[in-house]
Amino acid sequence: MRKEKVPVLKIKNLTKKFNLQNGKKLTAVDNVSFELYSGECLGIVGESGCGKSTIAKILTQLESVTSGNIIYKNKDITNLKGEELRQNRRNIQMIFQDAAESFNPRMKIGDIVREPLLNFKLMNKREAETEAKKLLAMVGITEDFMTRYPHQLSGGQKQRVAIARAISLKPEIIVCDEATSALDVSIQEQVIKLLMDLQKEKGLSYIFIGHDLAVVRNISHRIIVMYLGKIVEVIDSDKLITDAAHPYTKALLDSVFSVKMKNKTEIESIKGEPPSPTDIQLGCAFSSRCTKCMYKCLKEKPELKEIGENHFTACHIF
Amino acid sequence: MIDKKILDVNNLYIKYGKQEPVVKDVNMSINHKEIVGIVGESGSGKSTLIRSILGILPTGSSISSGNIIYKDRNLLEYSKKEWREIRGNSIAIIFQDAGRSLTPILKIGDQFIETIRSHFDISKFDAHDKAIDMLGKMRLPDAERIMNSYPFELSGGMKQRVAIAMAMTMEPELLLADEPTSSLDVTIQAQVVREMMELRDNFNTSIIIVTHNMGVASYMCDKIGVMKQGELVEWGIKDQVINNPKSEYTGSLLSAVPELGGYNIEERKSTRT
Repeated sequence: MRKEKVPVLKIKNLTKKFNLQNGKKLTAVDNVSFELYSGECLGIVGESGCGKSTIAKILTQLESVTSGNIIYKNKDITNLKGEELRQNRRNIQMIFQDAAESFNPRMKIGDIVREPLLNFKLMNKREAETEAKKLLAMVGITEDFMTRYPHQLSGGQKQRVAIARAISLKPEIIVCDEATSALDVSIQEQVIKLLMDLQKEKGLSYIFIGHDLAVVRNISHRIIVMYLGKIVEVIDSDKLITDAAHPYTKALLDSVFSVKMKNKTEIESIKGEPPSPTDIQLGCAFSSRCTKCMYKCLKEKPELKEIGENHFTACHIF
Repeated sequence: MIDKKILDVNNLYIKYGKQEPVVKDVNMSINHKEIVGIVGESGSGKSTLIRSILGILPTGSSISSGNIIYKDRNLLEYSKKEWREIRGNSIAIIFQDAGRSLTPILKIGDQFIETIRSHFDISKFDAHDKAIDMLGKMRLPDAERIMNSYPFELSGGMKQRVAIAMAMTMEPELLLADEPTSSLDVTIQAQVVREMMELRDNFNTSIIIVTHNMGVASYMCDKIGVMKQGELVEWGIKDQVINNPKSEYTGSLLSAVPELGGYNIEERKSTRT
């Protein structure tokens, strides 16, 4: 699509710790750095509790950082305050997993899509009305839905309204946090197609967070695999199946059920569950479930290193 | 193995109040030691269908016609007392959200022992041993600790396994599972699916699993039924349903499933040049 890559968003050494009631600290995101290029879709996958949603919340500034920087177009937006922060929210928008819960149940669909435009005083009510109609048409929702309430819409329709609302402020980056996980496969397909079309039309950049590797791979250009707050692998999505190197990525790939798969191929699942993020152990976080665990893995934390073109992994094997 | 029929559903109609029926003219039969998958979109009536088998339809809904034959007897003619004997003992159910089907204010051990003692006349001590034994069979490590924890202290995958262990204690002949893996992570889902398949071999259980995940259904089931707006539009052996679906709807459902190997949603190029 583009020859020159311009990072729109740079994340540097991001760390987020939550204080727990018993005085312990929970490390949700641990020293994570990555870049998002313009017009790119970056997928983030991992099990629940690996910190992917925390990253989404930090990027949209719903959550503060413990340390690290977020740089949006050469401007550090980590510690913005007041009006500056409010204005910055226009650039990075978010689509939540459960669209129904991100709507005010007492507002009509038209008002929901119009609200951000009015909130930033971009236009008067009448103009906003026509703009809302246009936005809804873009996501394939007809005008007569404007006067309906969220509960009168199906899950897929609500998700489209959420997309319309997210693009209403013409953001450059949209963070989709499990945007399609709650939808049926056929609806999921429609929503993904819509997101892809909008990307082509408007040159948006997406950060697409999910736990379903098949879905994330289909929409993303690059994929970040996270485990317990750390990035374990960064890989181009077309190389994912052939070149995945980290044992955890392989395990994730093996856990995906495919329709075309024959019953003969055994599903190789990893055993156990991720350790608790409250007490990070010495060494590699994945060592407790890894089949290729060596002595070194228990002692030393692996660093992210380049093992191929645009392919990074954090594992002692390489 | 002789195909022994265990459950037969004939011309079943279920409706809520006076509305259009949500389950229309469903016919299916399940054999001994068979795993049957029912797939469909949300609102297609698949959960309503399997709830009707255990007689736990939500209030306001009723079976308007048809019958469900379980081992030569019509389930719909059962009295309340007979239902109590059959529920849990020979037909058990696992719900989608295991966390919510466990009592939040009781320890797993207390709930488990209560469940066992309401079916068998044994001492608490023996029930405790039986519970530990069952948890071990579900490959739960550290069963003693689990017995001593509250549901909120366990992860989703562990809760689901505890729920399966509870459902399996009575060694039911028919296990109903309503989206048992939908709320789990992929790695945990793979573990639970494997364990459910082992149940059939270890306990000779027939399983009806409701799911919207075509991949899971095609992996574990012998037969697959596809529901659309209350009707069973497709019913057959797995290979036939997956490879040559009779209904157009099944085909479109299958093509909507995102696949790892190859882009079926849309051919797209990477940003790299």
